[in-house]
Amino acid sequence: MIQDVLMRDVFVDFLREQMQKNDKVMVLDADLAKCAGTIALEKEFPDRALNVGIAEANMAGIAAGLSSYGYIPFITSFAPFATRRIADQIMISICYAKQNVKIIGTDPGIAAELNGGTHMPFEDIGMLRSIPNIVIYEPTDAVELKKALPQIIEHKGPVYVRMHRKNPAVVHSEDCEFNLFKADVLREGKDVTIVASGIMVETALKAAEELKAENIDVEVVCSPTIKPIDAETIIKSAKKTGAVVTCENHNVMGGLRSAVCEVLAENAPTPVRSVGVKEKFGEVGKVPYLRKAFNLEVVDVVKAVKEVITLK
Amino acid sequence: MAKSELATLAQEIRVNIVNCISSLGVGHIGGCLSIADVLAVLYGKHMNVDPKNPKMEGRDRLVCSKGHAGPAVYSVLAEMGYFDKSELATLNQSGTNLPSHCDMNKTLGVDMTAGSLGQGLSCAVGIAIGSKLAKDNATIYCIVGDGESQEGQIWEAAMYAGSHGIDNLIAFTDYNKLQLDGYVKDINDLASLSAKWRAFNWEVFDVIDGNDVEQIDQAITQAKAVIGKPKMVILNTIKGKGVSFVEAAKVGSHSMSVNAEQRAQALAEIRGEI
Repeated sequence: MIQDVLMRDVFVDFLREQMQKNDKVMVLDADLAKCAGTIALEKEFPDRALNVGIAEANMAGIAAGLSSYGYIPFITSFAPFATRRIADQIMISICYAKQNVKIIGTDPGIAAELNGGTHMPFEDIGMLRSIPNIVIYEPTDAVELKKALPQIIEHKGPVYVRMHRKNPAVVHSEDCEFNLFKADVLREGKDVTIVASGIMVETALKAAEELKAENIDVEVVCSPTIKPIDAETIIKSAKKTGAVVTCENHNVMGGLRSAVCEVLAENAPTPVRSVGVKEKFGEVGKVPYLRKAFNLEVVDVVKAVKEVITLK
Repeated sequence: MAKSELATLAQEIRVNIVNCISSLGVGHIGGCLSIADVLAVLYGKHMNVDPKNPKMEGRDRLVCSKGHAGPAVYSVLAEMGYFDKSELATLNQSGTNLPSHCDMNKTLGVDMTAGSLGQGLSCAVGIAIGSKLAKDNATIYCIVGDGESQEGQIWEAAMYAGSHGIDNLIAFTDYNKLQLDGYVKDINDLASLSAKWRAFNWEVFDVIDGNDVEQIDQAITQAKAVIGKPKMVILNTIKGKGVSFVEAAKVGSHSMSVNAEQRAQALAEIRGEI
């Protein structure tokens, strides 16, 4: 059952298949290969699965050099170290130099759980979003990731994948169509649009179900690609419902809320409320505690929807 | 190329550097002049490259990690025929292909973008690994600044290359002892630089006069013969070498203005007319 599939297994299986058929595909780790699952590839492809040790900046630079030689390197680490830690290497050696490097950052936001504040990135999307031409994608579930990875490797240019290692709830059906650059209307509604990403998609769907009982008809748009954001789908939905709530496992500053508001402000000014992390650092805890601590629960989405309706 | 020809090439590179920077009126002239000789030896003798086919597969590559020495790299590339020398006068002009810092997407013959210091050596390590995997026998060269060696990433790259014996990589330190704010030894000393690189399992060559083409040539020839280790050639250079007022400016030569009168004097000095 796909419900039982870990995202990292989807990722590692995909890489293995690609590395078997294309000798230009490489993977680089920085001493977190056991966590990403890529350690298995180091044994299978000792020349093309490299572990550079605890030196993320060097990993990014080596990947840039390999890309300039025609390789397609995937670099992996926990999300904060795959982004914040190496922001300048991503900016200059990778993006400014137009290298085809894929960045896999695991355990986004509250998924970092017991690793706590030092490892809990709420800022990674915000930090990368102003770099020209980088694609930022946060897979929703294993079904979607499986369909996204071939498109990611086909896309020439840097892509940041903000990936859970484990298995967030599956919200897509296995026969769904997926386009990396399109948002997906998972549920149609007429009163309010929720635009959600990552683990907050499931939360949004649950909130929509609760609100149905109160005769509030919610449209849920799943927007896993935050850059480039699918403006067309978001504008169309916002024009239909006249009110928008954004939901993300990230700081509301710089992430999905910012991307959606930018689109709406310039194209279809619409009242917006947001669910996301607000001016807080991470902390240790399990997901249920962290959802409560950072107001990422169904009740928070319900509240935001009711609030935004009053602004219509 | 014979020794005298390499010296002549270095002279022409210096002429180009002065023309390039003085056309704008200001630039990183000190650190460009200090590496003119190593560029002459690399392009004049050692590098397997083809200016008519700049993207040739399996070519040797140069990463100028001290990216602000772009004008020096452009000067040797123009001299080798990658593009017309007249283009040197477009340095930093609007829409130019010759920006202050090396950009692989703008300049024909530039193999890697650099400018944010400390990053180029990692890129060179990646290129060297790529070449090994491709089994194309290319040699990858990388020029690192002495001030740049204060960046931690240089030592991350050094550790990995040394640990894995990446022996198709030959790096140089432009050890001119000066950085933007002052003397390297006063700001953050690199003392025992050779011992540092040896400790990272690199084969180290100390070139006493890093502006002498013969000594540089000998070191590169020896370095190429060493198997199983990356190589570091430490070039004891003079910042601004070859132009008296730039040399005399010391710390001030990192980026300085060069007017028409100074340009004439510089060119006369380089050509041995003074």
